[in-house]
Amino acid sequence: MKRVYVNEEWCLGCHLCEYNCAWANSGIANMTAALKGKDIYPRIHVEGDERITFAVSCRHCEDPMCVKSCIAGAIRKEDGVVRINRDKCVGCLTCVLVCPYGALAPAGDGIMQKCELCLANSCGAPACVAGCPNKAIVYEDR
Amino acid sequence: MRHHVIIGNGTAAIGAIEGIRSVSSEDSITVVSKENHPVYSRPLISYYLEGKTDRERMRYRDADFYGKNGCEVLYGVSAEEIDSEKKEVILSDGKHLSYDTVCVAAGSSPFVPPMEGLETVPKKFGFMTLDDALALESAITKDSRVFIVGAGLIGLKCAEGIHGRVGSITVCDLADRVLSSILDAECAGIVQKHLENNGIKFLLSDSVVKFEGNKATMKSGAEVSFDVLVLAVGVRANIGLIKAIGGTVNRGIVVDRKMKTSVADVYAAGDCAEGYDASIGANRVLAILPNAYMQGRTAGINMAGGEADFSTGIPMNSIGFFGLHIMSAGSYDGERSEIRRGDVLKRFFVKDGYLGGYMLIGETDRAGIYTALVREKTPLSEIDFEAAKESAGSRIFSSNVRRKKFGGAV
Repeated sequence: MKRVYVNEEWCLGCHLCEYNCAWANSGIANMTAALKGKDIYPRIHVEGDERITFAVSCRHCEDPMCVKSCIAGAIRKEDGVVRINRDKCVGCLTCVLVCPYGALAPAGDGIMQKCELCLANSCGAPACVAGCPNKAIVYEDR
Repeated sequence: MRHHVIIGNGTAAIGAIEGIRSVSSEDSITVVSKENHPVYSRPLISYYLEGKTDRERMRYRDADFYGKNGCEVLYGVSAEEIDSEKKEVILSDGKHLSYDTVCVAAGSSPFVPPMEGLETVPKKFGFMTLDDALALESAITKDSRVFIVGAGLIGLKCAEGIHGRVGSITVCDLADRVLSSILDAECAGIVQKHLENNGIKFLLSDSVVKFEGNKATMKSGAEVSFDVLVLAVGVRANIGLIKAIGGTVNRGIVVDRKMKTSVADVYAAGDCAEGYDASIGANRVLAILPNAYMQGRTAGINMAGGEADFSTGIPMNSIGFFGLHIMSAGSYDGERSEIRRGDVLKRFFVKDGYLGGYMLIGETDRAGIYTALVREKTPLSEIDFEAAKESAGSRIFSSNVRRKKFGGAV
């Protein structure tokens, strides 16, 4: 199944993926209205140091630790996509404790959110990838 | 078609059901549930009292879970005995259930040390089950003075849960610090101060000598007047079923990495089991939810004739109080190093070139990377550990390792 893969040698560290993610999941049509002057909580994060940058989002693992570890039963894998039910999440961060990729971070309300490949929002495919100017992240079947 | 009996209806039981069903859709499954509730998330009972979840949302699986998985659930009965010769489980209502395999997922029970006059206390509760939480909820008022015996994970989460709904909370513990099972003295001190800033009072290195109705006399001589008592001293694994038939038990039911007990066709998983702890290289009870699920799932796969091992269990906890997040994992021997920044304290324990364990207070971003270093025993010589201590992130790995992690299906 298709997932987001990283080509770190092409990442400019521009953070556009973060902005596109936050916009795609805001439910607001206008990018400026969705993002300007607001704290954003994207589900993809640019990491790195002075030598290298790369964007990290959920790997949608074959056998996800977060699904097995969630104390609320709020994270499930459905049709290959690891999804979270935010209504059930209590913000204990056990998924952050166990994700070996460091791919999970809470939203501004302390409740977890995660990359669901934009399949549940109006984009239908990862907005981070669509907006990456340099193909440093791609959406492919590997 | 084989018949599997699961004793218990908590997280390990659900893991076992899902494990069995990942191998066989044909086998029949009977679940023996002492509690009169479909599975719910036990650790959420404090969040329930706090109003952060409710009865519906704290279901661990959807309402149609048992139906979809073809499970018969017997509510309100407990397993009294396993007859390993006849391969039957004898229930509290006298019924006999025959089995091809059985999984003991019976959890643990609160341990209440003998305390003089405990029987004179009118309102006293444990804090393990949903029924405990509901009973406590019906006993508290906005003026209640609550006295909690035990400053561990259970006692302190209870305190947080009822904090906004009672008049005052005092917590005592025999240990010299809070959360003594997962934190050292300095880390515990930070957490204690934070809890005190939120109005919770502590009596540490102290214990109850005598209860007289709504008054406790402490060893230190202090007296505590209270309206509601919560006993959260500790828990003990429910090992009785296996001990009674001569199976190997220690603090928990001893299991191998397939979750087999020493008794043929009998498995055990979750808080009642003593399985392999990769952080110490020996068996230990790891009474944490992720472990219960993974042990249960491993047991289920093997019960149904599949092949599964679970050898990566380690102690690990993520817990928060009034907005302060704390994480810990592994064991705390070895060489200690630390990072301090304002209110943040991160401690790392390095042994034989591996990260053996850690404690984090106030900064927990991407901590799963640390947990994976502990679980997978990654040689620290292969990563930039100095950078890792500053902040967790995949920049600490070589580009080859990153290519594998982020460039392939995992």
